Amino acid sequence: MDTLIQQVVSGLATGGIYGSLALALVMIYQATEVVNYAQGQMAVFSTYLAWSMLNAGLPYWVAFAATLAIAFVGGLLLERILIRPVENAPVLTIVIVCIGLLVILNSVSGWIYSYIQKPFPSPFSSRPIQVGNIYFGAHDLGALGVTLVLLAALYAFFRFTTLGLAMRAAAQNPVSSRLCGIRVGWMLAVGWGLAAMVGAVGGMMVAPVVFLDPNMMSGILIYAFASATLGGFTSPGGAVLGGLIVGVIENLVGTYVSFIGTELKLTVALALILIVLLVRPSGLFGRATVHRV
Amino acid sequence: MVKRGFLLTLVLAVALAAASSAPAQTPGVTANEIKIGNTNPYSGPASAYGTIGKAIAAYFKKVNDEGGVNGHKINFITYDDAYSPPKAVEMVRKLVEQDQVAALFQTLGTPTNTAIHKYVNQQKVPHLFVATGATKWNDPKSFPWTMGWQPNYQTEGRTYAAYILKNIPDAKIGILYQNDDYGKDYRKGLLDGLGEAAKKMVVLEQTYEVTDPTIDSQIVNLKNSGANVFFNVTIPKFAVQAIKKAHDIGWKPTHFLNNVSSSLATVLKPAGLDASKGLITSLYMKEVTDPQWKNDKGFQDWVAFMKKYYPDGALDDQSNAFGYTAAQAMTQVLKQCGTDFSRENILKQAENLKNVEFPMLLPGIKVNTSPTDHAPIEQEQLAKFDGERWVLFGDLLEAVKKQ
Amino acid sequence: MPRTWTWGLAAIALVIALVLPLSLSNFHLFQFSQVYIYAIALLGLNILTGYNGQISLGHGAFYAIGAYTTAIMIDQWSVPYGWTIPVAGVLCLVVGFLFGIPALRLEGLYLALATFALALAVPQILKYFEHWTGGSQGIVLGKPNPPWGLPINPDQWLYFLTLGILVVLLVLAANLLRGRTGRAVVAIRDNAIAAQSMGVNTALYKSLTFGVSAAYTGVAGALSAVTVAYVAPDSFDVFLSITFLVGIVIGGLASISGAIFGALFIQFVPNLAQDISKAAPWAIYGVFLIVFMYAMPRGIVGTVRLALARRLRRRAEPAAAPAGSPR
Repeated sequence: MDTLIQQVVSGLATGGIYGSLALALVMIYQATEVVNYAQGQMAVFSTYLAWSMLNAGLPYWVAFAATLAIAFVGGLLLERILIRPVENAPVLTIVIVCIGLLVILNSVSGWIYSYIQKPFPSPFSSRPIQVGNIYFGAHDLGALGVTLVLLAALYAFFRFTTLGLAMRAAAQNPVSSRLCGIRVGWMLAVGWGLAAMVGAVGGMMVAPVVFLDPNMMSGILIYAFASATLGGFTSPGGAVLGGLIVGVIENLVGTYVSFIGTELKLTVALALILIVLLVRPSGLFGRATVHRV
Repeated sequence: MVKRGFLLTLVLAVALAAASSAPAQTPGVTANEIKIGNTNPYSGPASAYGTIGKAIAAYFKKVNDEGGVNGHKINFITYDDAYSPPKAVEMVRKLVEQDQVAALFQTLGTPTNTAIHKYVNQQKVPHLFVATGATKWNDPKSFPWTMGWQPNYQTEGRTYAAYILKNIPDAKIGILYQNDDYGKDYRKGLLDGLGEAAKKMVVLEQTYEVTDPTIDSQIVNLKNSGANVFFNVTIPKFAVQAIKKAHDIGWKPTHFLNNVSSSLATVLKPAGLDASKGLITSLYMKEVTDPQWKNDKGFQDWVAFMKKYYPDGALDDQSNAFGYTAAQAMTQVLKQCGTDFSRENILKQAENLKNVEFPMLLPGIKVNTSPTDHAPIEQEQLAKFDGERWVLFGDLLEAVKKQ
Repeated sequence: MPRTWTWGLAAIALVIALVLPLSLSNFHLFQFSQVYIYAIALLGLNILTGYNGQISLGHGAFYAIGAYTTAIMIDQWSVPYGWTIPVAGVLCLVVGFLFGIPALRLEGLYLALATFALALAVPQILKYFEHWTGGSQGIVLGKPNPPWGLPINPDQWLYFLTLGILVVLLVLAANLLRGRTGRAVVAIRDNAIAAQSMGVNTALYKSLTFGVSAAYTGVAGALSAVTVAYVAPDSFDVFLSITFLVGIVIGGLASISGAIFGALFIQFVPNLAQDISKAAPWAIYGVFLIVFMYAMPRGIVGTVRLALARRLRRRAEPAAAPAGSPR
């Protein structure tokens, strides 16, 4: 019984990591209908900037806030400068541009910071919390908490502010939005900025666990996709929940289904994606898209 | 008109190409230069090891600044193979057929070297001091041109097995290993060393992939299996997690950590020096972040070299000392060649290292090679972490030769 | 573009390709063999994604299946490599078709995700079935000698072999896509519902297209096992699938010749980038990608087609205007 609970707890911890990156992916998709393959790398690069600031001596939360601001502006600029020229090109062209961005960011991170992994500090204590025979990591709980706070803030932003409303309108119906005076182009840019910010938070929460190196997010990206698929690409809350579920399932299957064991853990995650896509493509919480003829 | 012009160009191109593709007499050697070829993963999943190539390049620059080897400068040509076997094949073919290097040196990675293994032996190119611990490079009968470098993983595994059999007769062993060649080689060494006892002693094995974000779940399983000995075959990133998690969940086995992750600064410190107390590993090099070598001349020379020739290189990255030492070995081989840098003589001299000591190897370790012994470093020593540094104990162990 | 032009250019290209071995070193021939192999794989992907509109980010999986089929057949049963190539093709045809059936339910992003998942699973699955695949150690093969005692070296033989298979598959694809089948395939991409109401069996065509596309890529994989003489799970990671996608977009979606340009790009531009900058070669590659996409959003062949179409239209206009325009 203890093993079960411990594995669930560990799974929730890992799942929180997946969920935060999945949140960023879903955000960009909702705002721009583009799956940004460079999302993970943008998060890594932001985390490296945070690392530089921390190394220079800034206190943690100052560096944290500064990184969020830089990430927001960076994401916004990337959309305006890089994506704007190909906005009307076929969707695959945009995908290739995103891939180009991914490769550039990865290479530049490696060049500036070298490929050796760096420890990244956590704002939460590193002593484990013990409840009976079960151990919780303070950082895992903290990171999950931060993700949930972020989620709530985003929800409030989209629901209750004018800007949020304008962004939703721009994503749903660009033509009518323009007629209402909404600068659709800039709404896309803000969408990218917000997603970059969310990604940066994810990166800074993940780095203390998996260590900072240019390829930090590659492994996680896969699980993030699984999480977003499970939860639904149109539902931010679903993405986070999807992450938690994926984390737990991954651990439980690895422990209790012996022929899979730990050698096929990744395959399990992917089988999950396939099953969800076949049975319910819009995910557990997403809205099914209806194509008008 | 266009067609005629086109045909003319074609003829010229053929003529030019034919003229330029005559192979040199002594490939890679001119009156004042020797070409040494290498591939390293400068990009991709194993890019952390790319610093080895850079350290080697820096060392050869130092050698050249000091006059080169017997009047010849070393021209070190290195390409990125991104740890991908087909790319390694392409780049090595480029080195051998286009750049016409005299020898290949410190090509990195097991799958990449496996891909070129047959080819370089067919082409009779010295394939020296490959940067991988797999056991198969020491096979001069079938692959006479290939030579390993570091003590191989199986040997290390057997060393730990011998210790366990002697000191922990009631051991219940849990193994965590990376699901690839490297992990499996270590595991094989341990199981072979345990022999019959393996069936009784090994209670649980867990694997992980390099793409896994965490291995917490595996550690939990290992603890719950009741194991009191933990054989930890993980790369630094996961070794930290393993040590930390085991400590956090209150699991205190006799913990054997593979040499690959024995770095104080990159692994033990982030995991927690307290959590790392009692760890046992096997060393053959001086650990660069270990304070006991602070006043050691060999260590100080290395630091001076890094500061002057590779200032971008991290002083707490063991890979940089690894590359440095390997480059010293290559330089030694070239020095022994005199003025004959033909491929045959380079191989001959590589097989002729007798009791050579290198400053960053543990004191007492001597490098020996012969036409039947293609494993240069075969000695290592066990060390235990006391909370501050690796304390060497026991004797310098010879590799337990497989029959 | 007028048919005669196309055939003329193709003939010139073929002549160049046949003459190259006279002037290229074995190493360069090896590189060009890789180009032809990639071109076959890209052709496969383009049939599915360019012509039929089904996005696949997982074609690396079929490449791997083809490669391992060849490797296992040679390694375990000593089958001559020549026979392994069609077997790989047929096996991938079946697997692709079977994968295409559930894929019918998925559109755009979701299909991309499903195929992405497939690509990611491949290395782990390959490692799992160690007994057949050699696990992470991979399988080492021998390089084949030219048959019938031909007076050429192995690299030249492999060059002509891959070139020959490429030409055959190119012609096959061209014929397939030019006739009724091709029109049905493209119609499904442009407007599946309209196509269905016109009587096209969309389900069958989509699955078949998946199968054919997989077969092409499988043949490419088989050939790569023969030329590189080694297969290992590390060679077939997700980046391979992404590289294929890059290749067809750069070359030009829905174009046959685009496969060759795309193949040249993915083979040589990374090397070029490494020559330009040792420190951050992939950054240079990324810049190349982005610049290419800005300059030629429809790929090389797509952009050339557009430019030609505009010129032809402009030439036609002055003749039309005086006759028809009311003043």
